[in-house]
Amino acid sequence: MTGATATRTGAVGRSVTRVDSAVKLRGEARYVGDMSVPGMLHGRVLRSDRPSARIVDIDASAAKSMGGVVCVLTGDDLADIDPYYGHAIRDRPIIALDRVRFAGEPVAAVAARTAADADAALLAIRVRYDDRPAATTLEAALAPGATLVHEGAVRGGSFHGLGDLPESEGNVCYTYGFATGDIEAVFAAADVVVEGEYRFPSAYQYSMETHAVIASVDGEGITMWANCQHPFLVRAEMAAVFGEPVSRVRIIVPFLGGGFGSKSYTRMEPLTIALARKAGRPVRIVNSVAESMLTSRQHAMTARMRTAASLDGRLLAREVTCSFDTGAYADNGPRVVATAGDSAPGPYRWEATSVRADCVYTHTSPAGSYRSFGAVHLQWVGELQVDEIARRCGLDPLRVRTGNLLRPGEEVRPGGKPLDADLVGDVERVAEAIGWNGPREPWVGRGVTVGVLAAGARPVSLASARMESDGSVVVLVGTTEVGQGARTVFAQIAAEVLGMDPSDVRVRQTDTAYTPYDRSTGASRSTTVAGLAVMRAAEDLLARLADISGGPPEPGEYGELIRRHFGFDGGELVGHGEVHPEGSGSYAEGPVFWEICVGAAEIEVDPETGVVVVRSTATCADVGRAMNPLFIERQDEGATLQGIGTAVFEELRYPDGLLANDTLLDYRVPTVRDVPARMSCLIVENEDGPGPFGAKGMGEGGLAASSSSIVTALADAGVPVNELPLTPERVWRRIQALRRQSQEETP
Amino acid sequence: MILAATVNGQAVRLDVEPQELLLDVLRERLGLTGAKRSCDVQVCGTCTVLADGQPISSCCTLAVDADGRELTTIEGFASQPEFAAIEEAFTRQVASQCGFCTPGMVLTVGSLLGQGRIEPGEEGARRAVEGNICRCTGYRAILDAVRELAER
Ligand code: FES
Ligand code: FES
Repeated sequence: MTGATATRTGAVGRSVTRVDSAVKLRGEARYVGDMSVPGMLHGRVLRSDRPSARIVDIDASAAKSMGGVVCVLTGDDLADIDPYYGHAIRDRPIIALDRVRFAGEPVAAVAARTAADADAALLAIRVRYDDRPAATTLEAALAPGATLVHEGAVRGGSFHGLGDLPESEGNVCYTYGFATGDIEAVFAAADVVVEGEYRFPSAYQYSMETHAVIASVDGEGITMWANCQHPFLVRAEMAAVFGEPVSRVRIIVPFLGGGFGSKSYTRMEPLTIALARKAGRPVRIVNSVAESMLTSRQHAMTARMRTAASLDGRLLAREVTCSFDTGAYADNGPRVVATAGDSAPGPYRWEATSVRADCVYTHTSPAGSYRSFGAVHLQWVGELQVDEIARRCGLDPLRVRTGNLLRPGEEVRPGGKPLDADLVGDVERVAEAIGWNGPREPWVGRGVTVGVLAAGARPVSLASARMESDGSVVVLVGTTEVGQGARTVFAQIAAEVLGMDPSDVRVRQTDTAYTPYDRSTGASRSTTVAGLAVMRAAEDLLARLADISGGPPEPGEYGELIRRHFGFDGGELVGHGEVHPEGSGSYAEGPVFWEICVGAAEIEVDPETGVVVVRSTATCADVGRAMNPLFIERQDEGATLQGIGTAVFEELRYPDGLLANDTLLDYRVPTVRDVPARMSCLIVENEDGPGPFGAKGMGEGGLAASSSSIVTALADAGVPVNELPLTPERVWRRIQALRRQSQEETP
Repeated sequence: MILAATVNGQAVRLDVEPQELLLDVLRERLGLTGAKRSCDVQVCGTCTVLADGQPISSCCTLAVDADGRELTTIEGFASQPEFAAIEEAFTRQVASQCGFCTPGMVLTVGSLLGQGRIEPGEEGARRAVEGNICRCTGYRAILDAVRELAER
């Protein structure tokens, strides 16, 4: 790194348009399902139709001899490898071996000439099962003597990042917790104690593009085209499972049709590889929506929480115990649970806290990541209690918050990075944006909520910036373009450093064969961590240009400098950028930064029907420095609509362990009719982030903030509800119950 | 069965199975992958193509039912003059993020605009795209672009 600088162009901070807008609008952007490779077969998966059973026998003889069928894969084909994967806990077989643990678990897979041939063959496979007891809900899995989803010791995966995994107990596969202060003493002496039990449902991320993989296994090793958010982690995991060196596993990642966490870590890759390996030809598997619902979902949760306060509105202590339904395999559950634990107390100045969060196996489909996990689970719970305290003390809920919120530099949880955001300023802004102090109409409520989310994951990202002999630049960086606009923002960052226009910088798709390592695309880390690697790569490139020019180079002469240096019309200069956990103490311990989840909402509820309409929302993107302000607003609007879905109507239902609403007909996501009349996305720039130019990430917090604010706004309208989603029936029943209660109280 | 149709201005004649869906024929046989598959049940609109100028869900249309019709996919629409204004407004408003819903949105809006069927104002814009889902944008950017286009 050197101090070389070029003239700043203002490429950063400007709402330049997306570099991929034209290809997307013209239908030229290619996604995995749009691609085929020579000799490619189509793969289809036979899935278990019951939640818990031993496999007695699989008869695929008829299927194998059907027209177009090349092979049928079952668990017996994996005898030569250790067929388990799982980045946190290595508990999941690539395909069912001797038992199934959820309805929807792959039992057999067919590779055939056409998808129709493969579908026909699935119908001809006979599986005989011996049904076993199933624990398909949190209650059943946690009951004394519950049937165990897994027996035997927990085996850590390669990327759990959770320290020593504790012994598992019953169906609990991981527990996270901490305690500060003397909790019992503070509760015993407190003026006000609020407590309750809460339920949060499982939602489906619904990235419109489903999971899709093309895999090929040949003398070159394993090659995949896959829509994964974390290709480098998947590469390492597949290398370990299939016994290849990492260098012989290659993943190419084209555009993704959304991710939101559903495409984080390993999904359909191992099964597709196993099928291609058996077929001896490339295979493409493209999930249906129903299959993708069974491939990743959000964790359902139950929580018990209590909060103590003094009559003058001082928050004193909070105790949280919660259980997360991670399904039949741990997947990202342990990380979700740890993040939820960190978010659980809420960013207030407590005298005592106690947090315990359990990750629980059930006989349902595995739960992974969904935007703002952890915060979305518990922010509404804690903030409902803060509002209840304000009501009991006769105080303004906004003032109770501003009086207790942590200030920058204060500890958020024991150890790790202290708070790095101005929460008081943020919450004042969103409250003002929805007219907090305006007159209140009946059946209209306002909510304002605050939370924080440990963000950035592990800060390991590399990038290179390559200048061609005509002075144009190619940036290679492993962030997946899921729609967030990373390629545009990276072009802006490199252009800013090099004194160029963003349109002269090309950011290419990831190909792990050539693209430098990047840990993952998630946890709002791309601008902050990968962006810093891009900035350093551009700085390194600039330093090389300065070397060959013997002084500060002028952007207009870059190409000529390179041509002169090589004495030829070709050649290139490459700059390298690297980010790793650096410095000491908090930065090394994480999180990279605290993403703030601050929002406000105004809702209207119809007491006769229970229908909740979200009238106005405000979210706050506390980003340090905005690389592209319009992208930030547009991303927060997307998070807000997902927050509305989460709060008001989204829920995967599993009666008897079978997913009941597995189509978009009966799993409703927000449509244009759900857009609030007013949506404000406020941007705060205090240049207090660890990323390039003082930036820090955003994009997830808006979901937790908007959903929580809708729930607390409904409580403000007189209808506190402890279970999501806020369906008309649930809300209406609650209103009836409250009416009965008040009639009994005032005879 | 024989499907004889015009696809993006070109005559196409194919032997198709009676149960084959138009979306599969476009994507797998004709290589026109701009129309995407998501929900499969006519809810999301990402498989939208135009048949005689009207938006239809190709995931729920039998290929044979397109016989004799004039089909336009995003690949064809993108070269028509009306596309330019939509491209400009969608780009400036950042109305596409992941882009998966985008071809369907553009065709829907393009068709309705061309027929003068989008009323100015918020309600008109909402009505225009109420049959298309977008999970990324929260719709605001799309509505802003459509309003602008309808009010021109
Ligand atoms: S895929 Fe046709 S409407 Fe969704
Ligand atoms: S831009 Fe991703 S679904 Fe619309």
